[in-house]
Amino acid sequence: MIKLTIDGKEYSFDKDPTIRLLDILREDLNKTGVKEGCGEGECGACSVLINGRLTNSCLVAAGSVMGEEIITIEGLRETEAFKVLDQAFADAGAVQCGFCIPGMIMAGHALLLQNPHPTEAEVRRGISGNLCRCTGYNTIVRAIFLAAERGDGVW
Amino acid sequence: MARFHKDTVRVDHHEKTGGRAAYIADYRVEGMLYGYMVRSQKAHARIKAIHYPEMPEGYTFVDERDMTTPNYLRNEEDGQFIFASHEVNYIGEGIAVICGPDKAKVKELVEKTVVEYEDLPAVLSMEASDEALIAYHYNKFDADEAFEKAAFTFKETIYGGRQEHVYLETCGIMGEWVNDKVTLTGSFQNPYYIVNEVAEVFKLDPKQVQAKAAYIGGAFGGKEDYPSLLACQAAAAARKAGRPVLMILSRKEDVLDTPKRHPFAITYEAALDEANTITGLRVRLVYDGGAYGTTSPTILQRSLITCTGVYRIPALDVDGRAMKTNHVPSGAFRGFGAPQTHLAIETFMNHLAYRVGEEPLAFKRRHLAKQGDLTSTRGIFHYPVIVNDMIDKAMELSDYQNKKKAYANQTGRMRRGIGMGLSIHGCGFTGSAERDFLKSEMKVTKYADDTVEILACNTDMGQGVRTAFTKIAGEVLDLPYEQIIFKNPDTDRVVNSGPTVASRSVIIPGKLLELCCKELKEIWKRGEEQTVVRKYEHPEFMIPWDLSQFYGDPYPTYSWGVNVIEVELDILTGESHVIGGGGVYDVGVAIDERILRGQIEGGMLQGVGYASMENMEIKDGRIQQASYTDYMIPTAMDTAMWFAMTMPNPYDRGPLGAKGAGELTILGSAPAFVEALEQAAGTEFTRMPLTPERVLPAIEEAKHD
Repeated sequence: MIKLTIDGKEYSFDKDPTIRLLDILREDLNKTGVKEGCGEGECGACSVLINGRLTNSCLVAAGSVMGEEIITIEGLRETEAFKVLDQAFADAGAVQCGFCIPGMIMAGHALLLQNPHPTEAEVRRGISGNLCRCTGYNTIVRAIFLAAERGDGVW
Repeated sequence: MARFHKDTVRVDHHEKTGGRAAYIADYRVEGMLYGYMVRSQKAHARIKAIHYPEMPEGYTFVDERDMTTPNYLRNEEDGQFIFASHEVNYIGEGIAVICGPDKAKVKELVEKTVVEYEDLPAVLSMEASDEALIAYHYNKFDADEAFEKAAFTFKETIYGGRQEHVYLETCGIMGEWVNDKVTLTGSFQNPYYIVNEVAEVFKLDPKQVQAKAAYIGGAFGGKEDYPSLLACQAAAAARKAGRPVLMILSRKEDVLDTPKRHPFAITYEAALDEANTITGLRVRLVYDGGAYGTTSPTILQRSLITCTGVYRIPALDVDGRAMKTNHVPSGAFRGFGAPQTHLAIETFMNHLAYRVGEEPLAFKRRHLAKQGDLTSTRGIFHYPVIVNDMIDKAMELSDYQNKKKAYANQTGRMRRGIGMGLSIHGCGFTGSAERDFLKSEMKVTKYADDTVEILACNTDMGQGVRTAFTKIAGEVLDLPYEQIIFKNPDTDRVVNSGPTVASRSVIIPGKLLELCCKELKEIWKRGEEQTVVRKYEHPEFMIPWDLSQFYGDPYPTYSWGVNVIEVELDILTGESHVIGGGGVYDVGVAIDERILRGQIEGGMLQGVGYASMENMEIKDGRIQQASYTDYMIPTAMDTAMWFAMTMPNPYDRGPLGAKGAGELTILGSAPAFVEALEQAAGTEFTRMPLTPERVLPAIEEAKHD
């Protein structure tokens, strides 16, 4: 039995412990805000936080994260931090096709948790595991700056 | 300031940030099955037999034997099948679908399917091919005469690689039959392409086919025509299974089976007079077209029309061909044949300028086209050309001249360079297609509650057309944007406003929308339902396009771009990175400056990737970089804060003065990158992309010269 804490709730799954965390999230819990872009840990569309650490859920065996705190975009979107990021992404024009965006917001949040006032180079490094093909990244970098500026105290 | 000049939050913004927007892989329907394909492992072979494992209850396979109607896509002579029939022509080509309720089980059954092949001789490079999928030749006046009288000639071949779209969402479609009607829901640019292709293949009335666009996770041309094939496969599977079938390509399948940007070799030969002015140009372009024609003909047309870039060339002799190989088909990708010719002509112009001892930008400025000049096809630049002013602006914003001078003689390990790329993009579908084939319509309905719905089939793949159309309608009708509705299209509800390609949405259906809204405003009656419909009218001022001669106006007007890229190169490793640059564009009038900025920055970085690191090679028929681990695209660390601006040059036939924009943004940054890297490296390049593996030996060689 796999027991997981996801977005503040406890779940049990009678599954092979090597099943991908991404499949549990998308197939069993219907948390389709978590996207699958490549399935090999390169694109970051499936990013979640595991104990505050930005992680590609396509590379995680569900059985290996029992007892850890897993946060997805669907949990984050209920928080103050999300509100600040959401508005900053809107004001910076950082969303185009949107497929990478839940992962980008998780990456921005993870960065700001560790470093509430990052430099440009730190923001770029912080989202460098997340691919975006539409924006060229600069609007996303600006959005995270904007969030850092406005969200003083949130992170 | 008019209201539309203010930046607007996208209509789909909040759904996307919170992860609520449903892309096709997020769809769940009662009784739905998952479909995965058995794909060719051979570049060219005869299929002797297919051995399927035993299908458990609820699982089924679907192949060419299930196609009671024609198994080929509409262009029969091209030989592309819905399910490979008797023969496979590239690795990854679809042979059969297996579908069933459990994803993992379906994948296991696909793995266990054995296809018996008999190898056939394969054409493994465009150089080895003697069969053109399509070829064109045209002359503009007498190029031979220019060469006979030339004071100086220069000839050079530029090569470029295969580029992958890397839309973050792979292709996917769900097929579902209810009685004699089939519904295809998914990630595609052109709902009516799906309707027409599926109706043709399954012998249905188009009214029996419904195409519904889900949210689209990027496309860039990659979801222009390929989804028609996937839709037919999904429809066939759903028909046999009697259940809805969802087909989502894995990333690897998407890389193997979907079209790429055509790899090229372009040879330019220029004739110059005593004053070092170009009097004639010979152009020989060769593309690797892959196994099937798909969109190669129209791509080749655009390539050849734009082979002179932004320049006025008095005489031309142009030949182009897309060669048939046993590679995955090449096809539509943002720019549609223009990125190749821009990379080539800009680089060639620089090298030619060096040969005649002139600074490249000065040389280029002497050859710039201006209003009233003849185009490459003896059409006319009917509208004002403001490229000279744009160049001035870009130079000012980038401190171009000072940097170009400062980077002239560097020593040490880290060296810098700066370059400029000029670009032009013909607005709308190439040739006479808007008039002869597309014949777009637009429909706007005002409901009794005075909300207004735009009933067009144009899809938002991230470029922002839903927001742009909402702004055009809101502006003309003088209504709050919240009162305008423009949903992801469903062909049961919308009219055919033409494909979402060729940067045409704003300029063609967007213009029809403006006209509909003007009419609606005049007849507006509060509380009543009213509908206005408009049809495309071809501009009368255009010189009629003749494809057989490549003569006339293939586009009513053009958008223009000026890009600067600044790089730093480590001459010990050959690694380079972008440290500055930007773009100045003439897109008529921007409907939303902030959305356009996103297009500019995104397009520019795709262009930099194209010139620098993105390289998809095929060896012995097999793609060498079939995953994102191997195929690299730029990350946030591979770019810099760029300037991005537009200079207004209103187009009287565009809505609110707008012209096309989306594709233009990829064209100029690639050659600008090459020029910048050439300056840093102190040598010239003709083979792109400029990976460290290519740059390092060139630096070594330059030292010994």
